[in-house]
Amino acid sequence: MKKVLMSGNEACGEGAMIAGCRFYAGYPITPQNELTEYMARRMPETGGVFIQSESEVAAINMVFGASLTGARAMTSSSSPGISLKQEGISYMAACELPAVIINMVRGGPGLGNIAPAQSDYFQATKGGGHGDYHLIVLGPSSAQEMMELTVLAFDLADKYRTPVLILGDGLIGQMMEPVLVNSRQSLVVSKKLTTKNWVLTGCKGRDPRIVKSLWLNDGALEAFNRKLGEKYEHIKRAETRYEAVRTEDADIVFVGYGSVARILRAAVARLREEGIRAGLLRPITLWPFPQAAIRQLSKKTKKFVVVEMSMGQMLEDVELAVAGNAKIEFYGRPGGGIPHEEEIYQRVIARHKVPKQSKK
Amino acid sequence: MTVQCNTMKKVFTRPKSLRDVRTHYCPGCGHGVIHRLICEAIDELGIREKVIGIAPVGCAVIAYDYWDFDTTEAAHGRPPAVATGIKRMMPDRIVFTYQGDGDLAAIGTAEIIHAANRGENISVFFVNNGTYGMTGGQMAPTTLLNQKTTTTPHGRDAKTAGYPLKISEMLAILPGTAYLERVSTHSPKEILKARAAIKKSFVKQIENKGFSMVEILSACPTYWKMSPQEAVRHMEKAVASYYPLGILTEK
Amino acid sequence: MAKREEVICAGFGGQGILFLGKLIALCAMKENKFTAYMPSYGAEVRGGTAYSMAIISDKPIPSPVITRPDSAIVMNEPSFRKFRDKIKKGGLLVLNSSLVGNCGRPKGIKLIKLPFTEIAFSLGNVKAANMVALGAYIKKTNVVSVKTALKAIDEFIKDKKLVVINKLALLKGASLVK
Repeated sequence: MKKVLMSGNEACGEGAMIAGCRFYAGYPITPQNELTEYMARRMPETGGVFIQSESEVAAINMVFGASLTGARAMTSSSSPGISLKQEGISYMAACELPAVIINMVRGGPGLGNIAPAQSDYFQATKGGGHGDYHLIVLGPSSAQEMMELTVLAFDLADKYRTPVLILGDGLIGQMMEPVLVNSRQSLVVSKKLTTKNWVLTGCKGRDPRIVKSLWLNDGALEAFNRKLGEKYEHIKRAETRYEAVRTEDADIVFVGYGSVARILRAAVARLREEGIRAGLLRPITLWPFPQAAIRQLSKKTKKFVVVEMSMGQMLEDVELAVAGNAKIEFYGRPGGGIPHEEEIYQRVIARHKVPKQSKK
Repeated sequence: MTVQCNTMKKVFTRPKSLRDVRTHYCPGCGHGVIHRLICEAIDELGIREKVIGIAPVGCAVIAYDYWDFDTTEAAHGRPPAVATGIKRMMPDRIVFTYQGDGDLAAIGTAEIIHAANRGENISVFFVNNGTYGMTGGQMAPTTLLNQKTTTTPHGRDAKTAGYPLKISEMLAILPGTAYLERVSTHSPKEILKARAAIKKSFVKQIENKGFSMVEILSACPTYWKMSPQEAVRHMEKAVASYYPLGILTEK
Repeated sequence: MAKREEVICAGFGGQGILFLGKLIALCAMKENKFTAYMPSYGAEVRGGTAYSMAIISDKPIPSPVITRPDSAIVMNEPSFRKFRDKIKKGGLLVLNSSLVGNCGRPKGIKLIKLPFTEIAFSLGNVKAANMVALGAYIKKTNVVSVKTALKAIDEFIKDKKLVVINKLALLKGASLVK
């Protein structure tokens, strides 16, 4: 295994290469341009296709077309561009087409700014586009995970015939860290990929196929929605992923994902040094959300502290999971603010009525 | 009806690529004829097992219920982007989009211009009937001046609604466009020309010439508020005079 | 060596500011330390001040964003104004006196003030000023070794001629600091 200094954007691109991505279309937007540029360099090297599209709308629809042929396909953007892609994402969910969509989130709403943010959580996990559907949403917390979760995203997309979204942010995308570039075999991936018996390749030797999302006949869409619903229930049971750090005996459990989780991890370590029993629950799949794990914890933990780079979006999922069993505090830094471990530490110390430690 | 007779030669039959079902189109509508012309060309070229067709949002959305080859359905205006994705992954397949005037010349303007500009090696069949049929007869980008629609109840006024868009003329000047012809379906003679143009477009694609498009003028008697006979006369006199027939570019 | 070193590199576009931070992170990686690098990105890299941040630590790095650096390598006047008051008490300012006029005597921090641009110019490539500064910085702080930095240059720069001049600049910078 090779250790390489990589940005999250590049690590994502490399993950796509490892996963055998054959098609990429994208449109420039900060802070994910390095990923588009990486794909522009790497795709032709491996006989894949790179297209700089005329818009985000075109990019997602090109991915739709490539996916129809059975190819592993990806597009990436940042918040305003992801809004534009919602139409195509809804159609892909409806046509049950696998694809990987990367959102390196920046501050919003509107043009917002180009700083890291987590304010697209609702859009990513609650639908985003029109209709009754879900995406699998993954929240990487490092450049290493950016690469590994990209590989996983391709596998999950194929396995469940669904678009998978990776919710990164400007920090995860821009920051460079040492990354162990694994061979595909060493990554945790589902090996049994479903046979793509639905792809459009021309009807040679078989009956013609139709891939569509229109269900006009009475009851047809209802039946289809139920089928999708069953798939989502299955995904919830089989694919919920999270990381628990020192939660077994914790009085305070932090809940945070992505960039924030890195900071919370450091805060937990420091609080433990002070004798405060803190822990961290880090959702890795944001949809499906680790609801059961949090509910379980809520029966013995006194307090949850939800930290997000937003005004509080995942907070609602934590509230649903905790179901009134424990206290929940929220700390948010919207609009590009990045919490510092010191901030978190001081807040907890202040509220925990522990005499402030003398500082160096 | 099938007539079996040893002394007679079969000169007309249903194309293999067209399913043996009844269409949902109105009397005098051009879609049925155009569907058939595409199927005839596919049969003649022997490409049925290599074709992937993309149905639009509009009256022809369920064209896949009539065509007997691999098909998909794209979001409104997006067929050229979807076709790009398919064709780039499978350059040896034959990919075509079937698009109406709202799809191609309004909501999908960006997609069609850039697919043409990239010289995507696809065929586009652009059905221009000057109205939004599926949604109930609203103004299309190609609605003629003074034409009454449900959203131009007093006739299209250039001052507020702009002019009928000549999208084919715009696309014809792009270096990526290999072949672009405007044809019509208002008479048997024109229908035969349309058939030849559709076939030529597929041939251009087979020869890897790049982007090709056939604009096909078509009637919508229902929302033009005309009988089918009046509609074809209107096409010949009014529509074809604003949208002149013929080859706009061929490289 | 300190357990954790946070350094900001700042200057204007074309001075190799992003490269400087990246190289520090690469050296740290080569020495098996935890490291993170973060560039300033977007429109601001095309004019005014560009800056990059690198952290070297013996523990995993929570956030790569630095608000109060231990050290700053400052290559031009606007960057000096932007960062002079942000350096931690007892920290280090490595200053390019070729492009920063009267900087006064910043209180409570160590100062290395050398004409990096002029030194690089005399070595034959004005663009190597960043490496002169890097040499001075790592010699003073010892966050990574000069030897590692020379290896990192070999790895990072493709053009053989540029490798030579950059190494030369790095060694020159290191030689000017005790």
